[in-house]
Amino acid sequence: MENAVVRVGRALRIALLIALALLFLVPFYLLLRNGLASEQDITAPDWTFFPSELRWSNVTELFDDPNVPFARSLLNSALIAVATTLGTLLLASLAGYGLARIPYRHANKVFYAILGTLMVPAAVTFVPSFVLVSTLGWISTLRGLIVPTLFSAFACFIFRQYFLGFPRELEDAARVDGLGYWRTYWRIVVPNARPVFAAVGTIVFIGAWNSFLWPLVIGQDREAWTVQVSLSTFMTSQVVRLHELFLAAAVSIVPLLLVFLVFQRWIVAGVERSGISE
Amino acid sequence: MKSGLKSRLGTQNRTLWFWVFVGPFALGLGIFTYVPLLWSVYLSFFDAHNTVTPDVSEDFVGLDNYTSMLRDDSFTDSLLTFLVFSLFIVPATFALSLALALMVNRLRRAQAFFRSVFFLPAACSYVVAALVWKLSIFNGVRFGLANTLLGWFDTDPVAWLSTTDPPWYWLVIVTARLWLQAGFYMILFLAGLQRISPQLYEAAAVDGARPGWQVFRHITFPQLRATSIAVTLLLVINAFQAFDEFYNLLSDSRGYPPYARPPLVYLYYTALGQGQNLGLGSAGAVILALIIAVVTIGQAKWFGLGKKEAA
Repeated sequence: MENAVVRVGRALRIALLIALALLFLVPFYLLLRNGLASEQDITAPDWTFFPSELRWSNVTELFDDPNVPFARSLLNSALIAVATTLGTLLLASLAGYGLARIPYRHANKVFYAILGTLMVPAAVTFVPSFVLVSTLGWISTLRGLIVPTLFSAFACFIFRQYFLGFPRELEDAARVDGLGYWRTYWRIVVPNARPVFAAVGTIVFIGAWNSFLWPLVIGQDREAWTVQVSLSTFMTSQVVRLHELFLAAAVSIVPLLLVFLVFQRWIVAGVERSGISE
Repeated sequence: MKSGLKSRLGTQNRTLWFWVFVGPFALGLGIFTYVPLLWSVYLSFFDAHNTVTPDVSEDFVGLDNYTSMLRDDSFTDSLLTFLVFSLFIVPATFALSLALALMVNRLRRAQAFFRSVFFLPAACSYVVAALVWKLSIFNGVRFGLANTLLGWFDTDPVAWLSTTDPPWYWLVIVTARLWLQAGFYMILFLAGLQRISPQLYEAAAVDGARPGWQVFRHITFPQLRATSIAVTLLLVINAFQAFDEFYNLLSDSRGYPPYARPPLVYLYYTALGQGQNLGLGSAGAVILALIIAVVTIGQAKWFGLGKKEAA
């Protein structure tokens, strides 16, 4: 009797999980369905699960459409995401290591000054940051889109916490061998800290690829649009063709899905070790 | 004497190396976070249209920007919009992500699969989600997935995004964000669940607590206290910064409707829209930053964050 109740409960729970999982996958399905359908199939009053035909020619149509600078915005997004990720990893890991391992009288004050910026939500500073970037003459340049985003207090914090818990023995051995801070860092610490680099790198890459407000404000010229900005601009204009729009959106998440599938476990580990839920 | 000199040199050496490592980052953070903040505070005291270097003697207006911002119905409405939005999204995300974590955590097989499926939307941008929500699920009156489903039950189609009475657009906005962020918070809860000692559950079973609600109420939920606080704080801060989905779901080629403008959307249009009123926009940003600081600190205090947890 008791057993049957438990078993029914378990079956119900799994059925609910499967139903929720399907629900979570619906938007992905819609991206693909609409991206490979004809315009008529997308706006048909009678919605069907499958489009009447699969149009792979939509792909060439999207990239050949002279009204839609899609290839250019993909390139912009790729450049920005890669540069932001590499730059953030370099700057934040060095700073995190310095704060964790190089004794300095005012290290704590510097750390709190960095940590304090986490309290200021980044989005609130977009008006003054825009002011600064426009004063520098960086509007609509890759510089303007990349440089101001490189100094992530969040990434620095994660690196510091990680290096604090890093076994000292390895570094001590390096010191005995006569290596200075710089060479110890590059030859011993970095190779042994790959998980944290992978975790922070994935989070930063996804954030940079998906960011919208900053590229919207800074990338004013069409030539400087990122994928997100062009998608948004097409969405609110009436000239674009719907199937191209959906296909563009589907293409825009492919790089992320790849990064995500490869590094997923690092993100999970990174989140679990970040101290956020301790 | 010699060893004293050496250690002094050693100390200077360390200071030098500290700044070699930390300097570039600290300098950049100073230039791109502290300078804009201070500049914003400065600008907020000036009548600065279209310029970031107002004339000190002519354009100084004192606190006028602040008073006109606080008297501006559009601005206070935007704060109200945030409040309503967070009243929907914070409990909804909290409940959904906790439920997902509890269910996924108890799976023996396929745990990684379900975790990935629920986490997958976290890789999508708000722009992409807004596109699917606006032009495929909740599209117009004539077509769209939601109206097709309603049609199966002989229910009249709904104009999801273009009616304010009843405000169906809230459903669209809240479900989009729910889909995007529930998986991330599920991971936080999963991490919290894995830290609960199995001995607590064994002890509860010995004491006769029935598995299910009783165990959840007396063991699991109290043990998740720290995680719950972190999740709530993050949810509220993120709700304050809502921009992407509001902007993309509600604006069209005709512009942005007067309703449902959260603070950031409002600031965007004030400071960078047609008027380019940077002084007024800066005042709004300062007010918003202060509100966020007060809310965050107040919440942390209310939750008793920073106090030692009772053993």
